[in-house]
Amino acid sequence: MISFSAVHKHYPGGFAALKDVSFVVNPGEMVFITGHSGAGKSTLLKLMAAIERPTSGNVLVNGQNIGKLRAGAIPFLRRNFGLVFQDHKLLFDRTVYDNVMLPLHIVGFDRTEAAKRVRAALDKVGLLGKEKANPVALSGGEQQRLAIARAIVHRPAFLLADEPTGNLDAAYAADLGELLRSFNQVGVTVVIATHDEQLAARLNPRLIVLDHGKLVS
Amino acid sequence: MRNWIYQHWRNLGATLGRFGRTPLASLLNIGVIGIALALPLGLYVVLVNLQTFARERAPVPQLSIFLAMDAKPADAQAITARFKNHAGVKNHRFVPRDAALAELKARSGLADVIDSLNQNPLPDGFIVEARENSATALETLRDEMKRWPKVTHVQLDSAWARRLDAVLRLGQLALLLLAGVLAFALAAITFNTIRLQVLTQREEIEVAKLIGATDAFIQRAFLYYGALLGLAGGLAAWLIVWGGLVLLDNGLAELARLYGASFRLQHLSLQDSVTVCLAAAALGWLGAALSLRRHLAAFDPH
Repeated sequence: MISFSAVHKHYPGGFAALKDVSFVVNPGEMVFITGHSGAGKSTLLKLMAAIERPTSGNVLVNGQNIGKLRAGAIPFLRRNFGLVFQDHKLLFDRTVYDNVMLPLHIVGFDRTEAAKRVRAALDKVGLLGKEKANPVALSGGEQQRLAIARAIVHRPAFLLADEPTGNLDAAYAADLGELLRSFNQVGVTVVIATHDEQLAARLNPRLIVLDHGKLVS
Repeated sequence: MRNWIYQHWRNLGATLGRFGRTPLASLLNIGVIGIALALPLGLYVVLVNLQTFARERAPVPQLSIFLAMDAKPADAQAITARFKNHAGVKNHRFVPRDAALAELKARSGLADVIDSLNQNPLPDGFIVEARENSATALETLRDEMKRWPKVTHVQLDSAWARRLDAVLRLGQLALLLLAGVLAFALAAITFNTIRLQVLTQREEIEVAKLIGATDAFIQRAFLYYGALLGLAGGLAAWLIVWGGLVLLDNGLAELARLYGASFRLQHLSLQDSVTVCLAAAALGWLGAALSLRRHLAAFDPH
């Protein structure tokens, strides 16, 4: 469970990205965070995964307070999350396979079991045939799916995605929507920051709408 | 456990791979560290050799007692008896005048000069080691023995050994200072090398942190690199000093032979060699650890 109560986030220079935001995301839910560009959608996701800390208020993830978390505990909190970034953050010095292997390598997974999981994750996103390719050789849509494979390979409880359909055409975006829904159907809590209204209309999730850092609905 | 060993093994492999990917830069780094460490290491070898040389010539302060030229064997026996009963004498050795001449001939390289003498200019003598080696005890002993019959001269030959000792102590101090400065240089070199690596691997570090890598996991490969860099530098320093010693040793042996003596340089002991390499590895690790502490903080949330 993720809960925000009276959360404010100010950036150096005085810009207030979030003002008095409170909501709860229950286990197994699919939630879309929408709003105009600069409304604070990305900041909201960053606070959940302890990439940033709130200026005031409490962000609780599975009962742990992000604002007060020790630096040493953050890696273990993040292992509950699968993160899909707007700019993918893929590593171009290694193969598709090794990109997906990274989260399992980090948690010290058994080798043979890890290899099976990587193949399963690549199969799920339809990239099994390209495991030896360099991510550079993939199209934008394929890179996005690779980022999703890396996010779900360690079977996280939460999947957070920031503008996953950002640069994709409508057909690709529809496929991606189905993929995200399929994770939700097997019990993963999915939180997506997007301004893609078509995607929202198709998946019919709960909406959290932000306007200039304030929660509208 | 097996998995843990595998992870470390894999890291070691990856670290060696990093050396392989930048062979020239790595070699230059190792060379710089090697030369920096070779300076104090070389000075250390010189000091060890001087110390050994000094110890061989004057193991403990000795008193040399010279009898009168006209002393009879009976006089020598009387003095031997005095030594036996003396509480301050640890042991004593009689050096007959013929033996003294033969020894001088063998050791000094003056064989030709001595052969040209038509009579032995040396008196009978004793070499005495005292039970107590403090300066005052030795001087009291010297003054006492001077008054014995048929003793013409007592020489306390510790003064030059003491001076040499003082010089060596000064040398050791210089060695410590030099080693301290260059140890700092070694740590600084790894600090900077790791800083550059952190910069070039920004993306990888950032992604690894975002998906739950602990600092220990991220630091491991860099720490290995720092330690290996130090170790390789230590080995390079050892090679430089070893090569220098081999070259010098041949030259010195030649020189000693010309003087009719034999002299071999002492190489670094196994223990010293291992200590140097391990210390270099530890310094490399330290430089890397300091660098990581400083440069990985930028990735923490704020």
